[in-house]
Amino acid sequence: MSMTATGVLARLAVRRDRVRLTVWLLALAALVGSTASAIEGLYATPAAVAENAAIRASSVVARAFTGPATGGNVGALAVAEALVFTCVLAALMNVLTVVRHTRQNEELGRAELTGSTAVGRHAGLAAALLVAAVADVLLAGVCAVALLANGLPVAGSIAAGAAIGASGLAFAGITAVAAQVAEGARAAIGLASAALGLAYLLRAVGDATGETGPDGMTVTAAWPSWLSPIGWAQRFEPYGDQRWWPLALFGLFTAATLGLAGWLSAHRDVGTGMMPVRRGRTRATRSLRTPFGLAWRLQRGTLLGWLVGVAVFGLAFGGIGDQVDDLFGSEQSAELMRQLGGGGSLVDAYFAAMMGLMGVVVAGYTLQALLRLRGDETGGPAEIVLATAVSRTRWLVAHVLVALAGTVLVLFALGLGTGLAYGVVAGDLTAAVGDLLVTTVAQLAPTLVLAGFVVAVFGLVPRAAVALAWAAFAVCLVVGQFGALLELPEPLIDVSPFSHLPDLPAQALTAGPVAAMAGLSVLLLALGAVGYRRRNLTLH
Amino acid sequence: MTAIEVDGLVKTFGDTVALDRLDLTVHTGEVHGFLGPNGAGKSTTIRVLLGLLRKDSGRATLLGGDPWRDAVALHRRLAYVPGDVNLWPNLTGGEAIDLLGTLRGGLAEHRRRELVDLFDLDPGKRMRTYSKGNRQKVALISAFASDVELYVLDEPTSGLDPLMEAVFQDCVRDLRDAGRTVLLSSHILAEVEKLCDRVSIIRSGRTVESGSLTDLRHLTRTSISVETAAPPDGLAGLAGVHDVAVDGHRARLEVETERLPDVHRHLAGLGVRSLTSTPPTLEELFLRHYGDQPAGAR
Ligand SMILES: Nc1ncnc2c1ncn2[C@@H]1O[C@H](COP(=O)(O)OP(=O)(O)O)[C@@H](O)[C@H]1O
Ligand SMILES: [Mg+2]
Repeated sequence: MSMTATGVLARLAVRRDRVRLTVWLLALAALVGSTASAIEGLYATPAAVAENAAIRASSVVARAFTGPATGGNVGALAVAEALVFTCVLAALMNVLTVVRHTRQNEELGRAELTGSTAVGRHAGLAAALLVAAVADVLLAGVCAVALLANGLPVAGSIAAGAAIGASGLAFAGITAVAAQVAEGARAAIGLASAALGLAYLLRAVGDATGETGPDGMTVTAAWPSWLSPIGWAQRFEPYGDQRWWPLALFGLFTAATLGLAGWLSAHRDVGTGMMPVRRGRTRATRSLRTPFGLAWRLQRGTLLGWLVGVAVFGLAFGGIGDQVDDLFGSEQSAELMRQLGGGGSLVDAYFAAMMGLMGVVVAGYTLQALLRLRGDETGGPAEIVLATAVSRTRWLVAHVLVALAGTVLVLFALGLGTGLAYGVVAGDLTAAVGDLLVTTVAQLAPTLVLAGFVVAVFGLVPRAAVALAWAAFAVCLVVGQFGALLELPEPLIDVSPFSHLPDLPAQALTAGPVAAMAGLSVLLLALGAVGYRRRNLTLH
Repeated sequence: MTAIEVDGLVKTFGDTVALDRLDLTVHTGEVHGFLGPNGAGKSTTIRVLLGLLRKDSGRATLLGGDPWRDAVALHRRLAYVPGDVNLWPNLTGGEAIDLLGTLRGGLAEHRRRELVDLFDLDPGKRMRTYSKGNRQKVALISAFASDVELYVLDEPTSGLDPLMEAVFQDCVRDLRDAGRTVLLSSHILAEVEKLCDRVSIIRSGRTVESGSLTDLRHLTRTSISVETAAPPDGLAGLAGVHDVAVDGHRARLEVETERLPDVHRHLAGLGVRSLTSTPPTLEELFLRHYGDQPAGAR
């Protein structure tokens, strides 16, 4: 009775999600397949493969970040490179799908509507899980096919697919519980994502503190990995020992979470969770009551996420700085690194390539923060705020200042994290921190140009602003960073402001390009401000 | 003194002519109803008056200033409640009230407390969790707690339940008693009838009528139900009388409000036993403007 009409709801969910889920499945399969093909290209000889597997096993950072290889073959390297990351993404797909068809439906009042018709009380949850399970089975299939297409062994490819699908399903179960407990859809996503983060962390600790096998290539993970569904997924050891018993573990775990979720679901009301709703302040603090304070308040959560993210990234990539000669020592990869990062020593080229790329990625934060202006204008609070005594200029300046200040902080955290980690492993803290801080903070100059462009299009062609901003970002990323690799013509590469920064730390910073970029960005910002002051608000 | 003076205002969006030589006069100290069906151009007019949109041509004066050029200075003297209140999902209602009030130039503390109680709002909940009605309450509380000259309210009650609508009406009456000016846009006729001193009716971006409710009655018909001693003959022949239905000594008829005196005299001659008359509503007024002439209606 309580499951009546699950089928109808599941079909409805599939209909709403057919594009979303298809994109997820294809993107994850492409990720797995392209990793395998890249590994195959990079490590052509069995000796190079074995060497790389040994380096992965010997580096604590690499073990913690992606996990060790499960043997000395191309498939094992591909799994080491891609499995953990793909499992995380598969888990996210499940988290978002399950919440979307349970609590989000309730929040938007859809569940109330369908709930008043002949629909069982657990039908919504059951339908969401059914859709997630089907997606996970398909995901296992497409990932296995992507690996097979690279000429990898059949059994190992199926095991790898199963590992990805099974860990996805485990998180569907975890999310089903989170959706009963949390106060709303966003909180449910937060709770399930926290569980995902914990699962990643547990297996990172397990892999990092594990015991290296006698072959020097494989690692037996320590006990924390056993507490993590992602750790279980690694235990399939595709292309290695190849085990199937983790399937039973996943089966038991998923059944337990579903049972718990069903029981909880019978004990709560539609639209509310088990946890009490967190109440906020009933009055605004003094610091919130200005456009600047407001912009900061709206931005700080995202900023914190970015700060933690780039710091962790910096620590990881700085921490392997002293192993660069081993990791990229082969003729091919050294050549690749030089193309990306310019001349100089291999270590300098490595940091130039990594930090150059991260500079563009961080500009993604800048864009996201600036485009809030546009989001607030279309169906947002700009209409009511700009009818108060706040001028458009003041509103714009507050948002731009907060976005740029945030960018400086993120670049600083990136340089500091990378410098500290590299300084520790290389034994010269001051020099490493100094060099890398200059390298990352210098990225501010081209970022300012991109920010100026975004403000200019926001002021002059608001309806196209979001598309143009992200198009410019994509150009900077693809043309600017990978242009040399793709052998694009020089003038095209030079479209990206990031191409005009010297390859720090290999080369020295010069005032000319920085001053030119600063000047250009001021011009663009002013143009945007004037355009914004003179135009209609476009509120739809 | 006039608070708002709009003369021949034109505003187009591409091919759409949203305002087509619109006129609007709001006197200081009055509650002015701004009536029109959906898409008539009410919100567009208001947004031009607030300097959010640029006019194409025509004249618009707000509190003696130019809505576009003097926007910030004028905004200190007014409070605006938009039709769709979309604020910050992460902020609580209480924070949004304070924030908007402060950005406008300050809130009257005791009034804020009073209004939160009156509107029965839980100010500790995040805006994300509020219904449309509660979001509207946030904007209304912050506006009513601001001590300003002019209140611009764009269909402010569309999400409120009847109890809260009554609270809203009390608040508007308080403003009128305090000599404040209110521009209240609406397509809810009963509300405008209850609250407004004068109304402007617009359609397809153009003003079709404006004046006091009494002025506008010439456009409307009063319904009369009467029982007479003598059979009610000859009613249909009178000028301005429509839809006569006679059943023995009872009759029902519609009278153009201007012609009421003639009809009364005629009925008096027949010996009235009982009579009920329903005064014109703006609903009928609308019907005559939009329902009776579907040509050109959207
Ligand atoms: N930004 C816009 N772009 C294009 N058309 C618009 C825009 N804003 C309003 N309109 C059009 O202008 C007309 C008047 O709209 P509006 O002022 O919102 O009417 P009301 O508030 O009376 O319902 C409608 O036809 C509407 O579609
Ligand atoms: Mg409107």
